[in-house]
Amino acid sequence: MLKPCHTRRLASIAPLLALALPAVAAPDPSDWQSVLAQAEGQTVYWNAWGGEARTNAYIEWVAQQVDERYGIELVHVKLGDTSEAVSRVLAEKQAGNDDAGSVDMIWINGENFAAMKDNDLLFGPWAESLPNYPLTDPDNTPAVRYDWTIPVEGLESPWSSSQVVFYYDTALVEEPPDNMPELLDWAAQNPGEFTYPQVPNFLGNAFITQALLELSDNTEVFYAPMQEDEFDEATAPLWAYLDELHPHLWRSGRAFPSNSADLRSLMGDSEISIALSFSTTEASGAIANYELPDTVRSYVHDSGMIGNISFMAIPYNAEHKAGAMVVANYLMSPEAQAEKQDPEVWGSNTVLSMEQLSAEERALFDDIDLGIATLPPSELGKVLGQPHPSWVDALAEAWQTRYVN
Amino acid sequence: MLLRLAPWILISVLVVPLAAGLLMVILPAFGYLPVLGGETFHFDAWQALWQRPGLYRSILLSYASGLITTLVALAIVALFLAASRGTWLDRGIRRLVSPLLAIPHAAVAFGLAFLIAPSGLFVRWVSPGLTGWERPPDALIVNDPLGLSLMAGLVLKEVPFLLLMCLAALPQLDPERRVTLARSLGYSANIAWLKSVFPVLYPLIRLPVYAVIAYATSVVDMAMILGPTLPPTLSVSILGWFNDPDLDHRYMASAGAVLQLGVTLAALLTWWLGEQCVKRVSQGWLINGARNTGSMAIAVGGRLLLTTTTLLAISAIGGLVIFSVAGFWRFPDALPGTFTLDHWQRILPSVTTPLLNTLSVGLAATLSAAVMVVATLENAVRHHLPVSRSQWLLYLPLIVPQVAFLFGLVVAAESINVRPQMALVIAAHLLFVAPYLYLSLSEAYRRLDPRWMQAAHSLGASPWRAFWQVRLPLLLAPLLTACAVSLAVSIGQYLPTLLLGGGRVPTITTEAVAMASGGNRRLIAVLALLQALLPFIGFSLALLIPRLAWAKRRQMRGVA
Amino acid sequence: MTPNPTLLIQQVQITLHGETLLAIDRAIAPGEVLTVMGPSGSGKSTLLAYLAGFMSPVFKAQGQVFLANTRLDTLPAEKRGLGLLFQDPLLFPHLSVGGNLRFGIPQRTANKQAQLAQALHQVGLSGYEDRDPATLSGGQQARVALMRLLLSQPRAVLLDEPFSKLDTALRQEMRTLVFNQLRDAGLPALLVTHDHADTKAAGGPVIELG
Repeated sequence: MLKPCHTRRLASIAPLLALALPAVAAPDPSDWQSVLAQAEGQTVYWNAWGGEARTNAYIEWVAQQVDERYGIELVHVKLGDTSEAVSRVLAEKQAGNDDAGSVDMIWINGENFAAMKDNDLLFGPWAESLPNYPLTDPDNTPAVRYDWTIPVEGLESPWSSSQVVFYYDTALVEEPPDNMPELLDWAAQNPGEFTYPQVPNFLGNAFITQALLELSDNTEVFYAPMQEDEFDEATAPLWAYLDELHPHLWRSGRAFPSNSADLRSLMGDSEISIALSFSTTEASGAIANYELPDTVRSYVHDSGMIGNISFMAIPYNAEHKAGAMVVANYLMSPEAQAEKQDPEVWGSNTVLSMEQLSAEERALFDDIDLGIATLPPSELGKVLGQPHPSWVDALAEAWQTRYVN
Repeated sequence: MLLRLAPWILISVLVVPLAAGLLMVILPAFGYLPVLGGETFHFDAWQALWQRPGLYRSILLSYASGLITTLVALAIVALFLAASRGTWLDRGIRRLVSPLLAIPHAAVAFGLAFLIAPSGLFVRWVSPGLTGWERPPDALIVNDPLGLSLMAGLVLKEVPFLLLMCLAALPQLDPERRVTLARSLGYSANIAWLKSVFPVLYPLIRLPVYAVIAYATSVVDMAMILGPTLPPTLSVSILGWFNDPDLDHRYMASAGAVLQLGVTLAALLTWWLGEQCVKRVSQGWLINGARNTGSMAIAVGGRLLLTTTTLLAISAIGGLVIFSVAGFWRFPDALPGTFTLDHWQRILPSVTTPLLNTLSVGLAATLSAAVMVVATLENAVRHHLPVSRSQWLLYLPLIVPQVAFLFGLVVAAESINVRPQMALVIAAHLLFVAPYLYLSLSEAYRRLDPRWMQAAHSLGASPWRAFWQVRLPLLLAPLLTACAVSLAVSIGQYLPTLLLGGGRVPTITTEAVAMASGGNRRLIAVLALLQALLPFIGFSLALLIPRLAWAKRRQMRGVA
Repeated sequence: MTPNPTLLIQQVQITLHGETLLAIDRAIAPGEVLTVMGPSGSGKSTLLAYLAGFMSPVFKAQGQVFLANTRLDTLPAEKRGLGLLFQDPLLFPHLSVGGNLRFGIPQRTANKQAQLAQALHQVGLSGYEDRDPATLSGGQQARVALMRLLLSQPRAVLLDEPFSKLDTALRQEMRTLVFNQLRDAGLPALLVTHDHADTKAAGGPVIELG
C-alpha cells in the first residue's frame, strides 16, 4: 500500500542527502530503510499537550497506525504544558544523561523551540530528509522553514497549521468588529463582554501581538530580533490602545482568564460574547462538545490574523530517535493529515500543499465537512506571520510590568 | 536490631532526597547552572526576582492566605468540637466530614469555583427570578485579588483534615471527664470544653496545624484555579517561571523557590509567635471564672460553621456530578438543557492504565510507608523513647514547598543514573505519604495502653507474637484510617508523579491535570470524580473492615 | 511436674534520679503470698514493673532476682515465667473468651481444648468459650483473667491490686478464689496493695513501704 509513493519520495530526497549530519550512532534519515529497520520494536515517548480529548483520541489513533505499519509502540505522555518536557530534557542534560533521554519527540513551536535550539537541546538536522517532507512544498511555503522567524534548519518537522480566529455568539452580537479600533468601540458599548487570556499565555501573547501588528504602520521591524532602542517607539500605539481597552474588558481588566479554555468557559456561561482561539475549528468542536451554544460563529479581522505552524522535534538525547522519525514522517502523510483535519476527529489544519498531492490524496481533504462554526479556508484571509520571539518576550514582560501590580 | 535502625531509615528516606533536591535548586538560585552556561555564583537571579512586577503582593498573598486559612479552619474545628455533645446530629455532621478528606484539592477547587462564580450555580438558582439577571453579573468573585475564594477553598479541604487529627488525639485526654468536672463547677459545656480540653488538645495537633500552614502557603493547584491572577500567589508564579520557554528564567525560578521556602518559614514563625502570645494572654481568660459568656454563640456557631463547610463541599461535588452529564447549559438555566453520557464514554476507555498505575503507586507507597512508620513507632514504644526532637525531620517534606525541591530532585536522580520509572515515582510519593501516615498514626500508637503488651508478655508471648496478635489487631482501625489518608495523599500527587516518572507513569491525577489545561469542564468533572473515587473507596474500606472484623467484639467497635 | 521453685529477691534497690525509692531483700516460698503495702508514690508499682520486666528506663535498679537457679532480672519479660494480674482484667477485646485463654497456653501443650474447658468449668463459666469478653460482667471477666494467667503455666505470680476495682461483695469472693487457686498451684506470689483486707486474705508476710 505504501510502496508506490515510497519510491517517489526516495528519489525526491536525494538532493537533501548532503544536509543530513549523522551523529555517532544516531539514525541517518537519508537511509530510510535502515531507519525503518531500527525503528521497529522501539517504544516512542511522544510528549504532547494533553488538554483536549479530541487531540488525545487522534494521537491514540496514530499509535494504532504506527504499531500496525512499523511495529512501533507510541506512548502519549500527556503534558499540561510543553515546557514540562523542556524541563525534563534540561534536567537530563544537567545530569549528564546524553543518550538515554526519556523524551523521544515533542510537539512544539515558537518560544519553546527557540529555547531548545538556543541551548543545543535538539537533535538534527533530520526533518528535511523525511520522505514526506517535500509534500509541504517547503520552497514555496516559508512557514515550514521559519518557526516564529527562527530558521528551523531541519530540527523539527511540520505537523499542524493554525491561525487565530475570533468567535462570537450571534444571539448576542449583531455585527462583529472588523479590526482592533472597531473592537475597542464595540467593547466600550458592551462593557465586560470581551477579554483575552492573561499574558504570557500563548493566546494572550497572540492577542497583543495581533493588536501590535494591526496598529503599526510598519510591521517589518517585528520580524527581526528586537533592538532595545526601538521597543518603546514601536509599541507605543499598542499600550495606548490597551490602556483604553482594559477598562471595558470583562471584570474591567482587573482579572484575566488564564488560558483559551477559561476563555471558552466564559463564553459558554454567557459571561462574554466575543472570544478568540488559536484553532480555526475551536468553535465547531466546542459546540459538538456541548461547551458552546450552536449560535456561535467564527470571524477574522480584515487585515488578516496571526498564524503559525506547530512541529515535531526530537531532543538531542532521545533514546528512540529512529522511531520518532518514523512517527514524525507518518504524521506528515496525506492520510494522517486528512484524518487530523476532519472536525469529527480533531479539526486541525494540514501543513501539506495540495499541489504536491495526487488526485486521490487530495480527495481525502476535499471530502471533509468543516462544521457549522468553521470558516472555509477561502474566508480565513491573510495569515500574518509570528514576530521574532524576542519581540514577543519583550511584549509579555512589558505587559506584566504595566498591568500586574 | 533492624528495628533500632528503623527511625534512621525512615528519616534518611525522607531527608536525603529532600536535601539533594534543595541543593539542586539553591545552586541555580545563586547563578550556578552549568547546563545553561551559569558557572559562577552571583545574585543576578535575586535582583531579577525583586524587580518582578507584583512580587511583594504575591509574597503577601501566600503568607496571609496560609495563616488566615489555618486560623479559620482551626477555629471552625475547635468551635464544632466545643459545641458537639455527641448527639446524633453531631455524629451525623462528623460522619459527613470524613469522606471530604477523600476529595482531591483540585476537584474541590473546580467545584467551588463553579458554585460561587457570577455564572455559577448559586447565581443560576436565583436568576433571573430574584435578581432579574439574564447575563451573569460582571463581578470578580473567583480569582479575587484578596485571595478570599482561594482561602475558602483551602478551608474546605483543611477542616476535615484537622477534624480527623483532633478526633484521633482526643480520646487520650478523656474529654468527657474534664468537661463533666468543669460543668460540676458551673461552667456551661461549650465553655468547659474550650477551657479544659482545648488547651491540652492543641499541643497534640500542633504538627498537623503546621503542616496545614505550610501547605496553604505553597499550594499550587488550588491557587491556579481559585487564586488571584494579577499577580498570582508566589508558588504559582514560580511554577510559571520554571515552565517559561525562556530557559534563563530558571535562575529566577530557583531563587523564587528559595524565597517560597522563606515565606513558608516566616508564616510558621509568625504562627509560633502567635502561639506564645495566646498562651500568655489566654491565661487570664482561662481562669477568669466566666462560665457562660459566649456559650450560646459557640453552640450555634460551632455547628453552623462546620455544617456550612460540609454542605459547601458536598454541593461542589454535586456540581461536578451535574457537569459530568451536562449537555449545553445556558445561563441562567438552573439545570443543563440536555443530559448526556458522552463525556463519561469519552474518558472511560482511556483510564484503565492510569487507574491501575494510581492504585499500584498508591498501595506500594502506602505499604512501604506503613512498614517504616510502624517499625519506627514500635521501636519507640519498645524502648520507652520519648517523642524526640528528630521527629521534626519527618515533617520536612510537608513543610518545604514541593516546587522548591522537586525540580532539583529530578536532576539529582538523573545524576545518579536513576531513570524515570514507577519505582522512582513510588519513592517520591513516599516523601509525602510517610509524614502523613506518621502524623495520623503516632498518637494512637503511643497512647495504646502499655498494659496490653505487658499482659501479653506476662502470658509468655514474645515481642513479635505480641505485636502481631495483640498490638496490630487493637490498632487495626487507626492503622487503616492512617493508610487511607496516605493513599489519598498519594493519589493527589501531581508534580512528583509527572517529574519523577518522566511522564511515563500516567495516573488519574496527571490525566486530570492535563485535561484541566484544556478547560473542558465536563471532562474535567468526569476525571475529578474518578480521581475522588479511589480515595473514597480507601476511606470506606478503612471504616468497613474493622466493623466487619469486630462485628462480634463490642469494645473494639468503640475504639476509634 | 517439677516442684515449684522459690522466688528470691536479693538486695534489690530501685532509685530515681539518684534517690533510693525502695530496697527489698526477700524470698517467697511456693504457695506463699508476700504482700507489699504502701500509699501511692511509695514505689510498689515500680517494684512490680521491675520484677515483671517493664520498668521505665528513668528508674535504675540494683540487685538480683532468682527463680530456682534462673536469674530473672536479665531476661526479657516474656521469658521470666512470671504471671501478672492487673487491676483491670485486661481481656484482649479482639479475642473471644476462649481466644483469650488460648493466648496464654504455651504452644506445645497437649490437650489444649480439655484444659480450656476444665478451666472455664472451674470458675463456673462452662459454655462461655465463644463469648465476646465485653459482654461479661466484671466478676466474670476477673475470673477469666485469673484462669488465663494460670493456663500460661507461670512459675510465680505478681498481683497488682487485682481486687481494687471490684465491688465489695465480689471482692471477697475473688480474694478467696485467687488465693486458693495460687495455693493449690503452689506458686510463689507477690501482692501489691493498699487494702488491709487483701493482706488479711493473703495470709502471708507483709512489707510496708514509704
